[in-house]
Amino acid sequence: MNNEADGTWVVVNIAELEPESVARFDHGGRTFAIYRSPDGAYFATDGICTHERAFLADGLVLEDEIECPLHGGAFNYRTGKAVGAPVCIDLRTYAVRVEAGKLLMRIDQSGPQLGLGIGFDP
Amino acid sequence: MTGIVIVGAGECGTRAALTLRETGYRGSVTLIGEEAGLPYERPPLSKPVGTSVLRKEICAGERLAAAEVDYRPGETVSALAPHAKTVSLANGGVLSYDKLLLATGAAPRRLTCPGSEHVHVFRTFEDAKRLYGAVSGARRVAIIGAGLIGMELAAVLRARDAQVTVLEAADRTLGRAVPTVLAGRLHARHEEAGVTFVFGARVQRISKDGVELEDGRHISADLVVAAIGVVPNTSVAEHAGLAVDNGIVVDPHLRTSAPDIFAAGDCACLNSGDGRSFRSESWRNAQFHGAHAARAMTGVTHPYARASWFWSDQYELGLQVVGLPASDQTSVARQISVDAQIIFFLDQAERLVAAAGLGRGTAVARDIRLAEMLIDAGEQPNRQLLADPATNLKSLLKQSRAA
Repeated sequence: MNNEADGTWVVVNIAELEPESVARFDHGGRTFAIYRSPDGAYFATDGICTHERAFLADGLVLEDEIECPLHGGAFNYRTGKAVGAPVCIDLRTYAVRVEAGKLLMRIDQSGPQLGLGIGFDP
Repeated sequence: MTGIVIVGAGECGTRAALTLRETGYRGSVTLIGEEAGLPYERPPLSKPVGTSVLRKEICAGERLAAAEVDYRPGETVSALAPHAKTVSLANGGVLSYDKLLLATGAAPRRLTCPGSEHVHVFRTFEDAKRLYGAVSGARRVAIIGAGLIGMELAAVLRARDAQVTVLEAADRTLGRAVPTVLAGRLHARHEEAGVTFVFGARVQRISKDGVELEDGRHISADLVVAAIGVVPNTSVAEHAGLAVDNGIVVDPHLRTSAPDIFAAGDCACLNSGDGRSFRSESWRNAQFHGAHAARAMTGVTHPYARASWFWSDQYELGLQVVGLPASDQTSVARQISVDAQIIFFLDQAERLVAAAGLGRGTAVARDIRLAEMLIDAGEQPNRQLLADPATNLKSLLKQSRAA
């Protein structure tokens, strides 16, 4: 799946994130959302909600979840999983690492949305 | 074993059906909808894609099937017999239920003046198709009603290059739900876009030339749309003897006056038991009510206590309002940025009870969400901190979050 050779590591140029917050990051015509969890770790997902065209970076981060600012749908930003209606399609996630004081993110070259799933299993 | 029957397959009824399975309910679930096709979301109808109406399904058909929901589109419930615990369908069928949810929604209020049969309304997918199809041939559009739907339509139709006039009986746009200063900004934005407003407008008749007002003014129009509110669909409930008053009357558990019958969403008027009653017409209320009704019907019962919340997109601006702004409250303004502001409303005990924000896109969303959490916690936030854009509202919550 996500081999090192399949993606490009890019530097994420954003101002330092407070814990439990989110910022928008655009690269190569795509919009991503970069998160910092309450315990200080970094995560990255696609930056546009899978429900309608809203920017997740305008939403509220609470614990491990991001709420879409438009209709309040919630995702777990660590796994991308859609966890609160009305969202039901998971977010793509991207590997993130910190190296020499820089935040890096691995962007997949191409390919279908990973982690696609329906948020609820009956 | 019979099971649960849900009348109405809009946001509320559909959400109830899905939530029933999430709670582990194993009985039969029947979801009856008047409209054809899969359940769809109404808000996207206000955002046409070119000349096409955006029909966004609430969930995939496979998901309803996987949840073993017996979905019956294009069917109308004609009667309800609470003693026999049955509903009758217009096509002659009769369904028995253990528990029934009425999620029948609301219908556009109609004009009754001469010529009103030529007036478009805007509620369903079919309404939207008809309206956007007719706009192609129309140069001048008159929209009756400067409420949320009327204003959203004005923005959409201006973007299609129609000449738009909005007629409003009151002296301002948007009514009580939106604070005056924010309504004023939206009004100004519409005028900047070329929309003409006529206030104090009382419609006398509609003709193929346009709209005639009681005071003699004539507004030329090739197409007339009425966006003058909605009326809850309560006739089946009323004929069955259920208490109806500005909607099907329910308690905070969404129970109607009849045993084993619940009501939720646009059709339901919630009596909170302290003399207050409220019927919400918002999408989010429909969604939350649907989920809440499902839990109430399967025995998990706590009172519904979510704050009212709605949004409206007009041009590049996004409005969000949580709680119910009222005249007996005082307010504090917070300027988030050059074009984004929030007005907080506090009651006489200095508790935050409502907040309304307007900015570009979803610029106010996060603070409105935090305001909602402060409202839910019954917080009495410091006014200076509310007004200070450098203070993160999350910090005002720390006490309640730690609890």
